[in-house]
Formats: sequence, structure tokens, C-alpha cells
Amino acid sequence: MNLRASRLLLVLALAACAGGGPPSAERRSGYLDMGRETQAMQDDDAVNPATLWVLDGEALWRRKAGAAGRACADCHRDLRGAAARHPAYDDAAGRLVNLEQRINQCRTARQQAPALAYESRELLALTAYVARQSRGLPIAVEDSARTRPFLEAGRAAYARRQGQLDLACAQCHDQRAGGRLAGVVIPQGHPTGYPLYRLEWQGLGSLHRRLRNCTIGVRAEPYAPGSPEYVELEMYLMWRARGMALETPAVRP
Amino acid sequence: MARVVVNVPKQARRGEVIEIRTLAGHDMETGFRHTQDGERIARDIITRFTCRYNGVEVFRAELHPAMAANPLISFSTVALESGTLEFSWTGDRGYAATHSAALSVV
Repeated sequence: MNLRASRLLLVLALAACAGGGPPSAERRSGYLDMGRETQAMQDDDAVNPATLWVLDGEALWRRKAGAAGRACADCHRDLRGAAARHPAYDDAAGRLVNLEQRINQCRTARQQAPALAYESRELLALTAYVARQSRGLPIAVEDSARTRPFLEAGRAAYARRQGQLDLACAQCHDQRAGGRLAGVVIPQGHPTGYPLYRLEWQGLGSLHRRLRNCTIGVRAEPYAPGSPEYVELEMYLMWRARGMALETPAVRP
Repeated sequence: MARVVVNVPKQARRGEVIEIRTLAGHDMETGFRHTQDGERIARDIITRFTCRYNGVEVFRAELHPAMAANPLISFSTVALESGTLEFSWTGDRGYAATHSAALSVV
């Protein structure tokens, strides 16, 4: 290969890295960096502690709720694929909604039940149950004119330095992914398994809880869970992980 | 909601060693933590787990504050005869959960 061609390739490779995340062949789920025991815990539903939430979610799915007296199961046979498509553009709201917000939308509009609090056990359980149905499917969020402004806002947030440590997400999860922060491998940061059971949390948590963790980690003021800023970032992260298989409910250290 | 997940093979050969895995949903509050106001959070853990095989106790565990939340207890026993395995968890604040599973021995 001559020098010009290799330079061109380098430029193309850099362009692919800038904002697009790692090329698909190099995308790496955090699952691969875990110990064997933790992987085994995720792989077997009988020992995956998130199963406790999934079973609660299944009970909620079948339970009639609200003034309409309808259960999720009365309208939906299943929602396979839904978790792989969210956040998605909602025509009525004119903005993105993620899976948790879509579930709440359905609750308030169709079941006429009060919305579940973000990060509550019930919403996590229902989200885990719905997302579990998409396990193994490739992530495929909508990339179109109507979603692009949100995607770009998320991309900008990902690249923006913030907090007292003045760090951007990209500095760790793009530039230093695979390196180490103390003894821990820095993951590429693909949201492939949410809501997931984190051993550190001793419980199930949403992606927004994880984002809050990272935001506080760089000593910045976190956004509220479910805020438009975090949904935009979620959109960018899902787009960045496009094509990767969903693992919900995952287990992470 | 006292939620448990128990994994027992449905069928086993006589004399076979079977693996039993149990998972109980519990926060396992240690009793060593304090609120932001400095008040101690009372201990709330599962203290005992037992497994009875056709009425005979085959496994027992005493749990202490260092246990993780949602404790996973895995053990084995020898399949002797068809019957039921009864699992019971008891703990602080009147926590009690039970589960039974049928095992057929051929």
C-alpha cells in the first residue's frame, strides 16, 4: 500500500471514530470484560438476580390497572423488538421517548393509571420484562430527519467536557476504552443490557441511573432521570451501539 | 413482595447428585448503615434458610449481615425417592418465604 492510500485510510478511520463510536467490528459489550462468574450469572436466568424483577414485571404486565381496567397483556401479545427501537420519536409529544417513558405514556393514556415514578421498582420491573422480550435482537434506533436533531444533541453532550474534572464521555469511552481506571477495564459504554443488575448497586437500575453515576464521577451536576438531556444521550449511545445484540437484563460488576 | 426463584431438576435417576439453586429477593440491610441524619438503619436480613426433602432437612444455612442482597444459595443433594422439596427462608421483621418443588426419581 502506498503512503497516500494509507493516509487516506487513516483519515477515514479517524472520521469513523469521531462521533460515530468504534467501527462495528470493534464494538465490544461490557459483558466481554467481566469475570467468568459474572458472565455465568448473566447467562443463566435461574441465577441472574434480575430475574426477580422480570418476574415482578410479568405480574404487572398481566395485572389490570387504572380506570380503564386494562392490563398490558390485554392489548399487547408481546413487545418483541420495542426495546431495540427506543428511544423513538413520538409524534404527539414532538420529542423522543425512551422505553420507560413509553410504558408510562401507555399507562396514563390507555390504562388511565398514574405514571410510575422513574427508577421505581415497578417501572424497572415492567421495563425489564418488556426489554427481556428483545434479548438477542440488534439495536436499531431510528436515524431519520426527525430524530437527527436529538441524536446530534446527544452526540454533542457525549463530546462535551463537563464537571470539575473537565472530562467528556468520549475521553474515557472512545479514546481510552480498553484501558484501565484503577483496576477496572474502561468499557466502550454501550447500553446493551439495561435495565441491568449491577452488583455494586445490589439491585436493578436504569441507564439514566448509570449516566447519573458517571456525571457525578466527573463532578458535574447530574440531570434528573428521564430528563430530555439524558434521553438525547441515550439516543446517541443506542445509535452508537447500533447492530449490537440486546442482553437485557444484563449483570455488571 | 417476597419473591423467590428456585431451580430444581424435574427428574433425576436414583442415587444421582442433583444441584439446587435458589434466589431470594431481599435487600439484606446490614444494620451498620446510617441515614444522612445519623440515625441507624435497623438490620433487616434473611437469617435462616432450610431445605426439607420429603420432610427431612437436607440443607440449612444461617445468614449474617455481610451477605449480598438477593442471596443466591446453591447446594446439592442425592436424589433418593420421588417427592417434594420444601424451601423456607425466615428473617428479621417477620420475613418469611416458602416454595416447594416436585422431584420425580426414576
